[in-house]
Amino acid sequence: MSKDETLGEALRRQGISRRGFLKFCAATASMMALPPSMVPAIAAALEKAMRPSVIWLSFQECTGCTESLTRSHSPTVEGLIFDAISLDYHHTLQAASGSAAEAAREAAMEENYGKYILVVDGSIPTANPGYSTIAGISNKSMLLDTAKGAAAIVSVGTCAAYGGIPKANPNPTGAVAVSDLIKDKPIINVPGCPPIPVVITGVLAHFLTFGSIPELDALGRPKAYYGQSIHDRCYRRPFYDKGLFANSFDDEGAKLGWCLYKLGCKGPTTYNACATTKWNEGTSFPIEAGHPCLGCSEPDFWDGGGFYKALSMPTEDITRAAVYAVGAGAAAGVALGAMNRAKKTRAVKAHEKVTINDLEKGADDD
Amino acid sequence: MLHVTPATELKVEPAEALTCNVQPLLHEIRHALARLLDEGGHTVIDLRSLPLAPGEEQQLLDELGQGEVYARLHALGPTEIIESRYPGVWIVVHYNSSDEVIGKFIEVCDIPNLLRSQQQDIQQGLEQLQAQLPEVTN
Repeated sequence: MSKDETLGEALRRQGISRRGFLKFCAATASMMALPPSMVPAIAAALEKAMRPSVIWLSFQECTGCTESLTRSHSPTVEGLIFDAISLDYHHTLQAASGSAAEAAREAAMEENYGKYILVVDGSIPTANPGYSTIAGISNKSMLLDTAKGAAAIVSVGTCAAYGGIPKANPNPTGAVAVSDLIKDKPIINVPGCPPIPVVITGVLAHFLTFGSIPELDALGRPKAYYGQSIHDRCYRRPFYDKGLFANSFDDEGAKLGWCLYKLGCKGPTTYNACATTKWNEGTSFPIEAGHPCLGCSEPDFWDGGGFYKALSMPTEDITRAAVYAVGAGAAAGVALGAMNRAKKTRAVKAHEKVTINDLEKGADDD
Repeated sequence: MLHVTPATELKVEPAEALTCNVQPLLHEIRHALARLLDEGGHTVIDLRSLPLAPGEEQQLLDELGQGEVYARLHALGPTEIIESRYPGVWIVVHYNSSDEVIGKFIEVCDIPNLLRSQQQDIQQGLEQLQAQLPEVTN
């Protein structure tokens, strides 16, 4: 597809019928979480859409976000979205490396200055630029340089959106999110560890279709996907409302598919599309597989006090916290914080590892 | 592949339906059918946007059953279009070229738009036919 060709022209050139195009638009509307009544408007917009240039930068990340996207085997829809964009730089996927790859990035930036979409996955280290470099260029320097000519930035994954796991205590690399460094560009956060592939392509499709960024929530996430909590859309919600909970992973409640709140489910405080869009082509999602939601699309989810602790539980035994409070003459909240810090220090000194037994014990205690 | 059982006497009991979303959906379809008769309104329900427990989607499809029409299109991967046992209620499932589901809809209309020949395709077909028959003059 040439850059002067519209998507409609490109699809026709590839021998795709109008019927095929309408099917593509229906699937795209569903992907963008738009009502089916929007299909004619999407068809009209996509018909005329021009091919945008995309530069994808990967910083402190595990490649899970790229894996998520490239494992989405939907060549007729997400694939077409990717045919419809010009992915000019993605150092995990491209054949070129080192200075040749950087030359491709600079050429794409120059040619599409002010118009390209910058996609970032991974957090950016600020403690020492040497923690993460690409072709000798620090992550921070590359981000600041590439962001200058971007029309919009998409922070893919919780690391790019909020710092993610690299930012987890004690944050040895001084990891920060894209939005901590860039203040003068529209930024769309697409968090998740990893994000649902269709959400990544849905955001790109939205930009391609409407030439604008979707409506965002207070944390910079598209409301279409992150507008409702996992809890509110969870098929196990009726059990929560009836007070029916699994108390361990193998009790009768777990077998009957009851609510996982007491096993630490973060669904009530987590906003994502897992409960409806689901994973692996709509097959299932963690709660359907019997595991509590970890809250991976929320800031600082890794430091949320324990994946298997119920949301209403303090992070330590409350009676011990009271002793701390009396001893220190401080409020209980401060005491809990002190206790957690003490525990962390002990854990660091002893290099403690969390075992399955610890997790089970935690669940039983709850 | 979509499994729709033939018309049966299956009834959805609220106690069996985990999210209790199947019955409201059936009522939504009922309202849409009434609208189709009264005003000719076309309704599309995207099943991917609804929270359904494991088995509930199948429960819904079983309740809708299969009617007289089954069509399979081949446009950007297969698409199955099935008229349910309630005329005017269609189940449309889009697959990609790897046979993975990329969209699943309930359409309430006299005929889903995708089944119609599209103007642009008709035009293209006419041009191709004319090219095949050079001696035919307009």
